Amino acid sequence: MDKQLRGAEIFVKALSDEGVEFLFGYPGGAVLHIYDEIFKQDKVKHILVRHEQGATHAADGYARACGRPGVVLVTSGPGATNAVTGIATAYMDSIPMVVFTGQVSTALIGNDAFQEVDCVGITRPCVKHNFLVQRVEDLAETIKKAFYVASTGRPGPVVVDLPKDVTAAVTSYSYPKTVTMRSYKPPVDGDPEQIHRACDLLLSAKKPMIYSGGGAVIGNASEELTKFARLLGYPVTQTLMGLGAYPGSDPQFVGMLGMHGTYEANMAMHHCDVLISIGARFDDRVTGDLEKFCPEAKIIHIDIDPASISKNVYVDVPIVGGVRSVLRELNQAIESSGRAPVDRATNLWWAQIKEWASLKCLDYDKTSKLIKPQSVIEALHKVTDGDAYITSDVGQHQMWAAQYYTFDKPRRWINSGGLGTMGFGLPAAIGVQLAFPDSVVACVTGEASFQMCIQELSTCLQYNLPIKVVSLNNRYMGMVRQWQEFFYESRYSNSYMDALPDFVKLAESYGHIGMRIDQPGDVVGALEEAFGLRDRLVVMDFITDQTENVYPMIAAGKGQHEMHLATDDRELA
Amino acid sequence: MTERHTLALLLENTAGSLSRVAGLFSARAYNIESLSVAPTEDPTISRMTVVTSGSPQIIDQIVKQLNKLIDVIVLVDLSDGLRVERELLLVKMRHDNDLEKDKILKAVGKLEGALLDTTEGVSTAEITGSSAQLDEFVRLVDSSILELARSGTLGLQLGPKSLNSK
Repeated sequence: MDKQLRGAEIFVKALSDEGVEFLFGYPGGAVLHIYDEIFKQDKVKHILVRHEQGATHAADGYARACGRPGVVLVTSGPGATNAVTGIATAYMDSIPMVVFTGQVSTALIGNDAFQEVDCVGITRPCVKHNFLVQRVEDLAETIKKAFYVASTGRPGPVVVDLPKDVTAAVTSYSYPKTVTMRSYKPPVDGDPEQIHRACDLLLSAKKPMIYSGGGAVIGNASEELTKFARLLGYPVTQTLMGLGAYPGSDPQFVGMLGMHGTYEANMAMHHCDVLISIGARFDDRVTGDLEKFCPEAKIIHIDIDPASISKNVYVDVPIVGGVRSVLRELNQAIESSGRAPVDRATNLWWAQIKEWASLKCLDYDKTSKLIKPQSVIEALHKVTDGDAYITSDVGQHQMWAAQYYTFDKPRRWINSGGLGTMGFGLPAAIGVQLAFPDSVVACVTGEASFQMCIQELSTCLQYNLPIKVVSLNNRYMGMVRQWQEFFYESRYSNSYMDALPDFVKLAESYGHIGMRIDQPGDVVGALEEAFGLRDRLVVMDFITDQTENVYPMIAAGKGQHEMHLATDDRELA
Repeated sequence: MTERHTLALLLENTAGSLSRVAGLFSARAYNIESLSVAPTEDPTISRMTVVTSGSPQIIDQIVKQLNKLIDVIVLVDLSDGLRVERELLLVKMRHDNDLEKDKILKAVGKLEGALLDTTEGVSTAEITGSSAQLDEFVRLVDSSILELARSGTLGLQLGPKSLNSK
């Protein structure tokens, strides 16, 4: 007879056999058998966070940076509910993650037992799939399935709920090498006929536009995307989630699009005649008013998820498949067609785009006596040679980081785009720094977001993670304040951050270094000093201009051609 | 323009699969007109019939989103081809005199239903037909109805095609 193992031992062995490096977690009653097994081994390294939300964001940051699924272990009840925000965050941005939640013993399920919640029920709408393991015999295979589902097709978080008695029961163990599920067959290759239709449409375009999203990052299609854009010579815009898949410093890149995208990107979207969407999902923050979206364009859409195609915007040429393999096919089709793009037409198009770009929509006041938040991001880019991993929280600072830190590589820009989760940045940076211990990792945040998961400073000390926290402190929930200024006649209802802590002392009390910078002339020096401290976490509290707004801006419900610019703050249409 | 569609699904017969489908409809604000589910000849697989309505674009999304559920093995939009759709109605009706009883029996007979029981001026009948036929029956005997139970629509494609072979 095979050796009999307890469920908890099987759990740890399965993770090890799956190649899991880090397990982000927090112990509790329902998972104590598992924690006992974690104690007895050193293959899977457990990272103890200070709040379960931090565990999920850290695992998420790890996955976004290195591409492997992030793995989480939390206890039942409040452990599971605290993890939900992080699970939903990963779900909205299609991040591969496997979250193990403890559960009360099977005999107690449904009895309102201590620390019991219906975890499978609570997480159902925000996971790709979830499992309740009812028998120890199913444990190893379920773990394999969880990793398979999380990391294939359109990735996403998978929750595995583990009743305590299942982790105590014994059975023989073997970890399946592969798993097949009759109900789950993720698509890979695009339909060749559709690819040829797309190729014809692209080569006949006069005003083409390449619109690339998070799918190009997650689908590791950066190389193919770059080749595709170079073959055609067409303008490229990227979504908030897509930044870095195509180099931000390349002349064909016209900037991010959408609510806070560049004037030239949004105008080009509005006027284009052929649009190819590559792993982007026509989110409302991108399209603005759907009635006014790309009125003249024939649309091609590559996506691994058929449900993303023609969801918000009707697509003329849908191509279901992984962006990397489809772009490879498409590149081949373009090359072997022997045809070139319509030169004269696209020259005219580029001239028009350059005219839009000449408005220099990202310019800001560089003579201010106050620190301009944009200048901090530009200085950050300079000091880190544009090569850092940048995580961010949510709000104005997130938009400024996206606009002013030019991302040339994929997976360098780590932010909560879909759910917009404040508190994401610091724990996400933990995951990134663990994935790449020798790389520079900075968390761009604000004094409001930073305080939402600030307890993870303690985790950073425990594991010696030299993250640099760049906090743009404007004493407001800046994006809320901006909307209140624009749309609520400057009634700043509850957006003012009263009674802020002394962030320098706070950093010090967590065992880190704190810096407060309030003069524009000190910005670069402070950043150089902080990034020079290679083995220490530094919290940089930049006291910035309170009144600065994020421009350009498309107000909700407006079309992409109806942008507000900073220079004149009036509608250009 | 609202269209009515009948979707047939095979799905894993696991504890959570029904709630995944129901949850999808409520989370995305899709309509469910009726939903019926039961295990098939293979006890690990359930068959579900959902009648839903919406614009063509919404129906397209419903089909895609259902297909995306990990527990869904196969889905066919029966409205795309030749099909048979049937619903079962169990109904209890009061009749205080022969005239009323006659009216009820006539209505049951018209749909080739079966009278199952008559006790103390109350008759219980079973009727099978299309949803529209059952609606029509209910309208005819409306004033007599004490209680009714409808199964929701079941459907199969006609001809040699089946969900199992798709």
